[in-house]
Amino acid sequence: MFRTFFKTSLVAIALVAMFISNAYAADTIKIGTFLSVTGPASFLGDPEMKTLELYVDRINKAGGVLGKQIELIAYDDATDPKNAVSFVKRLIHEDKVDIIVGGTTTGNTMAVIQEVERAGIPFISLGGASVIIDPVKKWVFKTPHTDRLAVSKVYEDMKTRGISKIGLISGSGGFDKSCRKNAIDLSAAAGITIVADETHGKGDTDMTPQLTKIKNAEGLQAVLTCGFGSDEVLVAKNFAQLGIEVPLYASHGVASSSYITGAGGAAENVRLPAAAVLVAGQLPDDNPQKAIGLAYREEYKKAYNEPISTFGGHAYDGLFLAVDAIKRAGSTDPEKVLAALESTKSFVGVDGIFNMTATDHLGLDSASFQMVEIKNGDWQLLQ
Amino acid sequence: MSAELLQFIFSGITVGAIYALVGLGFSIIYNASQVINFAQGEFVMIGGMATVSLLAAGLPMPVAIVLAILATIVVGMALEKLAIEPARSASIVTLIIITIGASIFLRGLAQIVWDRNFHPMSSFSGDKPINIGGASIVPQSLWVLGSTVVIVIALWIFFHRTRFGKAILATSFNSDVARLMGINVRFVLLFSFALAAMLGAIAGILITPIILTSYQVGVLLGLKGFSAAIVGGLGNPMGAIAGGFVVGIAESMTAGYISSDYKDAVAFIIILLVLFLRPQGLFGRKISERV
Amino acid sequence: MKRLAHARTGSLLVLALVMVLLPLLLDNPYRYDIVIRIGINAIVCVGLNLFVGYAGQISLGHAGFFALGAYGSAILTSQYSWPSLVALPVSALVVGVLAFVVARPILRLKGHYLAMGTLGMGVIIFLVITHETSLTGGPDGMPVPPLSIAGIDVYDEKTWYWIIAGVLLLNVWLALNLVGSPIGRALRAIHGSEPAASVLGINVARYKAMVFVISAVIASVAGSLFTHYSGFITPSEAGFLHSVELITMVVLGGMASTYGALVGAVILTALPQFLAVLHDYEMVVFGAVLMGTMIFMPKGIVPSIIDLLRRRRSS
Repeated sequence: MFRTFFKTSLVAIALVAMFISNAYAADTIKIGTFLSVTGPASFLGDPEMKTLELYVDRINKAGGVLGKQIELIAYDDATDPKNAVSFVKRLIHEDKVDIIVGGTTTGNTMAVIQEVERAGIPFISLGGASVIIDPVKKWVFKTPHTDRLAVSKVYEDMKTRGISKIGLISGSGGFDKSCRKNAIDLSAAAGITIVADETHGKGDTDMTPQLTKIKNAEGLQAVLTCGFGSDEVLVAKNFAQLGIEVPLYASHGVASSSYITGAGGAAENVRLPAAAVLVAGQLPDDNPQKAIGLAYREEYKKAYNEPISTFGGHAYDGLFLAVDAIKRAGSTDPEKVLAALESTKSFVGVDGIFNMTATDHLGLDSASFQMVEIKNGDWQLLQ
Repeated sequence: MSAELLQFIFSGITVGAIYALVGLGFSIIYNASQVINFAQGEFVMIGGMATVSLLAAGLPMPVAIVLAILATIVVGMALEKLAIEPARSASIVTLIIITIGASIFLRGLAQIVWDRNFHPMSSFSGDKPINIGGASIVPQSLWVLGSTVVIVIALWIFFHRTRFGKAILATSFNSDVARLMGINVRFVLLFSFALAAMLGAIAGILITPIILTSYQVGVLLGLKGFSAAIVGGLGNPMGAIAGGFVVGIAESMTAGYISSDYKDAVAFIIILLVLFLRPQGLFGRKISERV
Repeated sequence: MKRLAHARTGSLLVLALVMVLLPLLLDNPYRYDIVIRIGINAIVCVGLNLFVGYAGQISLGHAGFFALGAYGSAILTSQYSWPSLVALPVSALVVGVLAFVVARPILRLKGHYLAMGTLGMGVIIFLVITHETSLTGGPDGMPVPPLSIAGIDVYDEKTWYWIIAGVLLLNVWLALNLVGSPIGRALRAIHGSEPAASVLGINVARYKAMVFVISAVIASVAGSLFTHYSGFITPSEAGFLHSVELITMVVLGGMASTYGALVGAVILTALPQFLAVLHDYEMVVFGAVLMGTMIFMPKGIVPSIIDLLRRRRSS
């Protein structure tokens, strides 16, 4: 019994050694990534990983960058910040990558910032919250629109419809809490009163108690829900079950088609801010985001036979921003790549048009965000 | 009764029935083997995911459901044969770690065989909520509640009115004596894993239309089911049912009247209080240690 | 007895030697990082093993104590500007008092009920940390100032290596002495049978509470060290999965064996690093390794290997 166990372990070790030795290939440009492919945020990390793998492959087939092939070194942090820190150290010191594109959640991004700053490696995060780039950290960039931007977009839409009293429901995850905080912070300036503020846990099976309290709040005109993944589907379903009459607004955390199919009819009329890629087909032809959005949608669908989400789009932008900067820098020297990233001008990505500077490490404005409404089981651009 | 309170009760019993069904599996396996099977939640996941994927393959719903239940039973029996039986003499903690290993293994397998997305399933009889006294409940909740009642009755008849069911109960009281009485204890063990897997799969299929399913849906449900089984008292299937409702209603009342932030915490405080007052759970047998 | 004491000193010397020689293999900060993490886990596990392995109890909540120590240090140093070397013992003291208070009711529970009780305690700690955002930064966690010794901030992995190695060595020495003392014998008697132990005149409740508090304080110290080392802390450290990870290390390495706890920490910290390259198959392989080891070596790795060697020698 011991012997077979020993043998299998030997085989496993040999296998691992093989994989590791592969990491020391010839002269390549090394892009490192750590994503939450499994664990609670797998819903975001999975399309991100697929997108990176797809496009690194495509770039390589098209001849690579600066005449070199790109080598993608990828780890799954299982949505645990401790793993994220470990893998970032590994990427920097063991794999010696030239740039890091990754960090699915805000928590995992924040946990590694100290390490990245100390090592001096450009890092493009895919995390949502604004704290990642505000205040600015020398080596840290990000591609997704901030939750702050999302909330202000939602508030703008509410104001044009004369809505001033809203109920808030949010999850207990990092994205949820940060979105809730922004909703509260921005409410006064936007002339919005929050008449109910409820939360639910990750993986809860029923949110009707919280929604019942919101429903019964005095003067309720709309509800904003902050979160992502299957929890948001449950909110939409319970919202419909209780027959709440006011409009439901969601964050960009629900911008994937699994939200619509998951909620069945319950997602009808939900309004949310989302990256233009979701409604690429409906954009006017002169919008530069139209072509890139449609192409990404098609290529991803072809490769994986599933619809895109905006989360994969963050990874797409992260990868191409990195490649663009390396090209313009003419080398992988960290300081030069950093300078190139900070001088990114009118870069058309899936998430919007990036204009980065030394003080703005996101470079998106609210114009790149579109208000979308779910109509007949599809995304409908609101004008 | 105010409509608000009624709504909280509806929520509590729906959630409670889900926990109860998961808890039942813990209880049945514990009864036969004194093992706490932390992979119980994975049975729920496999039941739901298998049904969803079979439906997507174009099978009619009844066929998909039966096949999914059968598949889960096979997994349950394999777990018993390959992982639990070889380690029968190991300590409680070792067996816990083995089942935790099994749950990680099954989850890993599920994300390879299927995917990491969450999946919906259409309700058995529509999504139009039913209004009672100003509160509403979805038809699928009634399916969950009704099935729980049917399962409870069927289990009671099985354990108290059939020879084999009685044999299982006898094994749970004292497996040595049961063996002397000619009961095939190894088969009883295998059977209880099959039964627990079946109940897990049924739970998974019933609740998928309400809460969706994904490869990791079993983690939290397993934890809640374990809580239900413990509060009710291990080894008493009816206790697990009661425990499920206690936890479910505690959660919804706390979310409704105290604080939604701390609804899980309050539920656990209630569980701890129950245990402090009755260390063997609500309906558990008093533990008497042989010296 | 004397021979036992010799064996103890001998094994400690071997451990110290390994610690001194190990840096020869560590050629970059990432490798140091893995070893430091192993060390921190080992510190917790050596303590937890006293409670689980020797006294025969179960805990699915020790991550709670780890996280309380971590957050105690984090909050006191960052928000109240306490020196880190004061914050660490104060946090440990608070955790010790808390463990003492909950010990009486929780330790009345047995077997799986005890597992539930400790699990509930851990989950409550996790929820408080997650929701008290103004103090803890909420689910996204909070940055933590570095450990500062005599006014010098410790960032460097090499320095951290020696700190953790020193603490671990001290911890192992304490554990070995405790196990060899009358207290250790009382714990083993409790493990065998609680009623029998009380007939022998052992105050079962007191000894159980004592070892529970000791293991909680050790976890708290490890938590404080971890939080300063990593510079960032999130509630996942208090999570159920972290508790499971810790007890798995103890059981895998070998219950009732201090070096077993150490081996468990080494394997379960390093294994995911090796498996990371397997991507999709990582979970399956990890689960299978865990199951396989426990099925073939139900007593854990170190006791099983010792048994095997003994049998070889006697045959």
